[in-house]
Amino acid sequence: MKSANSLPIRTAKDTAHKNMLPKLSRRHRTLIVLALTTLLLLSIVTGSYILSDSGLSVNFEIKNQAPSMNNLFGTDWLGRDMFTRTVKGLSLSLGVGMMAALVSAVLALFLGICAATLGKTVDTAVTWLVDLFLGVPHLVIIILIAFSVGGGIRGVIIGVAVTHWPSLARVIRAEVMQLRSAEYVQVSRHLGKSRWWVATHHLLPHLISQFFVGLILLFPHAILHEAGISFLGFGLSPDTPAIGIILSEAMRYLSTGMWWLAFFPGVSLLIMVRAFDILGNNILLLLDPHKAHE
Amino acid sequence: MPLEAKGISFRYGNCPWILKDFSLTVNRGEVVGISGHSGCGKSTLARILSGYEEPQLGTVTLDGKPLPRHGYNPVQLILQHPEKAVNPRWRMDKTINEGWVPDQEMLDAFGINDNWLKRWPNELSAGELQRFCVVRALSSQTSVLIADEMTTMLDALIQAQIWHVVTEIAKKRNLALIVISHEKHLIKRLCQRVIEM
Repeated sequence: MKSANSLPIRTAKDTAHKNMLPKLSRRHRTLIVLALTTLLLLSIVTGSYILSDSGLSVNFEIKNQAPSMNNLFGTDWLGRDMFTRTVKGLSLSLGVGMMAALVSAVLALFLGICAATLGKTVDTAVTWLVDLFLGVPHLVIIILIAFSVGGGIRGVIIGVAVTHWPSLARVIRAEVMQLRSAEYVQVSRHLGKSRWWVATHHLLPHLISQFFVGLILLFPHAILHEAGISFLGFGLSPDTPAIGIILSEAMRYLSTGMWWLAFFPGVSLLIMVRAFDILGNNILLLLDPHKAHE
Repeated sequence: MPLEAKGISFRYGNCPWILKDFSLTVNRGEVVGISGHSGCGKSTLARILSGYEEPQLGTVTLDGKPLPRHGYNPVQLILQHPEKAVNPRWRMDKTINEGWVPDQEMLDAFGINDNWLKRWPNELSAGELQRFCVVRALSSQTSVLIADEMTTMLDALIQAQIWHVVTEIAKKRNLALIVISHEKHLIKRLCQRVIEM
């Protein structure tokens, strides 16, 4: 009896508590995430311009210092300011990730449309390639490609771009196939519209949204893989302040208790990747006409 | 000036023949009904007559010429599900003007409200959407209108309203009208001639 009585009281309290927070629609939540992500992006990009390179120079007087007001993220074993290194590293990762994701998404759009429209042979070939790239772990192929083209930023971009297109290409291929058989597309042809008109007015608007969502969702992957292979030593050269390099160097000093070397760069990478992931998923739901009004 | 189907046979892939050696002639100004049980090939026939499918054997001609492969098709088909026949990302004014620009008189005849034009398809009912699809298909270049279960999912009142306007227009413009339905009463009321499949 007692527990039965206490149950409704607790629920009432809970609802009262919930009502304190305004209930936001998905549209509003997405806008907030979009604003925060843009702010983050802008602050990283402008930050890396504003911060002088003096923070990156070696200064043994202030080496191995824990986070303080002077050095927000602490300093490393050479006395370099970790805040400057993190912001510059993120900015570099952003550039590399953006480039790799863009190349990858364009490749996916091209191959997806080719597979859906150019007949059975092309379709079989593209599907085979998709299966091939999905079947082998990304990191292995990226390392091979980055290594064979001589490493560096170019190697990372090519490696990430070549391995990340398959899932988006598959989505676009399926989308084009479904759209081609959609009744309103067939009706449009019978209303005298040319293939080009149908492609630009009916097909492309559907694909553009898929393309951008794919691009945004590819972006965090690209950054993570860039950091991953730089961490393993196959990516960017050790003198560039990339997040992957910072993390791999910090590994050697973790056992000495210098937690800030890995903690701040790692957390900022995580925040950036998660922000783009949430943004991409929210836009994906918003662009779906059936789910947009939830 | 007839729509003529001569000896058409059709099947999907290697499935059994749906239509075998089927022939049909519909003259201008005529209202022809096609009825039959589910799966007997009514919709397939409609798609072949309007050029949506190519028959494996036989020909479909309009005024002695094959249906045009490009440009406006004078044989217009209205489908059963209007919500599939409109682009969900277009507002209704863009949809209704896709093939031609209907005048206000036309919109009024079908009871299309001006404020529906700025709405999205998911904000309108099936009956409201179907009026848009009918108007869209009724440009001055249309000479044959095929209505494949056009009003099956609408209530009796709206059915009567839409059919009244469509038959009026068909009479005025001397259009051929092909009514495909499994509702015997509707076909008996509208059509001068009925083909049982």
